[in-house]
Amino acid sequence: MDPTAGDLNGEHSMGTTIIGVSYNGGVVLGADSRTSTGMYVANRASDKITQLTDNVYVCRSGSAADSQVISDYVRYFLHQHTIQLGQPATVKVAANLVRLLAYNNKNMLQTGLIVGGWDKYEGGKIYGIPLGGTVLEQPFAIGGSGSSYLYGFFDQAWKADMTQEEAEKLVVKAVSLAIARDGASGGVIRTVTINSDGVTRKFYPGDEHPLWHEELEAQNSLLDILATGTPEPMVS
Amino acid sequence: MTKEAIDMPQKGGFSFDLCKRNDMLLQNGLKMPSFLKTGTTIVGLIFQDGVILGADTRATEGPIVADKNCEKIHYIAPNIYCCGAGTAADTEAVTDMISSQLTLHRYHTGRESRVVTALSLLKSHLFNYQGHVSAALVLGGVDVTGPHLHTIYPHGSTDTLPYATMGSGSLAAMAIFESKYREGLSREEGVALVAEAIRSGIFNDLGSGSNVDICVITKGQKEYLRNHMTPNPRTYVSEKGYSFSKKTELLSTKITPLRETVVVIEGGDAMEE
Repeated sequence: MDPTAGDLNGEHSMGTTIIGVSYNGGVVLGADSRTSTGMYVANRASDKITQLTDNVYVCRSGSAADSQVISDYVRYFLHQHTIQLGQPATVKVAANLVRLLAYNNKNMLQTGLIVGGWDKYEGGKIYGIPLGGTVLEQPFAIGGSGSSYLYGFFDQAWKADMTQEEAEKLVVKAVSLAIARDGASGGVIRTVTINSDGVTRKFYPGDEHPLWHEELEAQNSLLDILATGTPEPMVS
Repeated sequence: MTKEAIDMPQKGGFSFDLCKRNDMLLQNGLKMPSFLKTGTTIVGLIFQDGVILGADTRATEGPIVADKNCEKIHYIAPNIYCCGAGTAADTEAVTDMISSQLTLHRYHTGRESRVVTALSLLKSHLFNYQGHVSAALVLGGVDVTGPHLHTIYPHGSTDTLPYATMGSGSLAAMAIFESKYREGLSREEGVALVAEAIRSGIFNDLGSGSNVDICVITKGQKEYLRNHMTPNPRTYVSEKGYSFSKKTELLSTKITPLRETVVVIEGGDAMEE
């Protein structure tokens, strides 16, 4: 049996790089798109930034099943909460609902989440909720296996009061750096920007990432050569 | 020299502790056990007018082919079908259960079932069993909101994709899809591509084999193409049939058909107390 295929029905984990950055007026959430089982990439274009309400999104990392189930429950609770409250839920409430599930089931869950959004009371806010269920309000948060490569980068590159363009550029640059070094992160870069005007989703395919040290230009697929009809014969 | 018997914690990497023992066993004539696999190649793709699901038809019990022509595309609702890989009993049971729940739901709501409903029911059941229900599914269907294709893993995570493969032959089938899939395929192109992907699994994966089953689901209509392709026919059948060896004396013959014929009476009387 091919050792690289591993157990195809094994636990799905999203190796992942997830990032949440707040700027003056909102937040930018970013993530890669790779879901792996062992050494096989089960989904190369997954969407790890999931909607909880119109104004609050969550970045998921760790076990795919656990993080999907938590997001589904919190979306359901927030929907009821919004109806009862009569106005949009705040980011703080969303983060605390996630925390309650993550902390109270800490022995059975294996997922790190970043909750980010905009509300009219506090503006743009990022809450990091790592394994174990701590809630930490931060100006920026990073998570997932690829985040190990970004701690130094953010210490140097992040500054307070960025504009929306600066924040988005920072997030894309950071995710692409992590993808370059982390085997468990890859695919496309997805970003979600949330501010008082609403939500904007952006998508950066593999060949549009900036290139780093020793990275090669994206080659056109060899399949294009096959499609033309007469490939060069192999010569030994 | 004192002998120490401390249990060292595992440091990872290879452990060669049992090599000498294994060599000794081989020399003494022990046959090494072969590995077990969950067979199957199942695929799904979205084309212009809907969804096409495909599956091979081999069911394995370890190294033995238990069923050469089993059905892996399960009925969930008139507009929703589900391919299943993993433990056959689990896939059969979980799809039957969700199919029943959806029938009741249809009576309750008065509407056609939606694929996301089946998805949520399957996902929550599998998550509750924390991966012990070994069912990896490719769920596809067309409802009022359009065509949908989802993969569901035994631990309860799901993905929504335009084309998907599962099972031991999934790598072989995905290679075909990744090179030839494009958006907006016609029905003929879609069926040909799905058949090619399943054939790739059948011929390149030991756990998959026999025939190709296909199910095409479009708005308001479904076509279940059972044994759409049979690329593994039984090439030689002896004409003599079964005969006893020469020295056996045949005393008497009695043939008992295993199924009794049942007579159905239409319009009979109601049962009375």
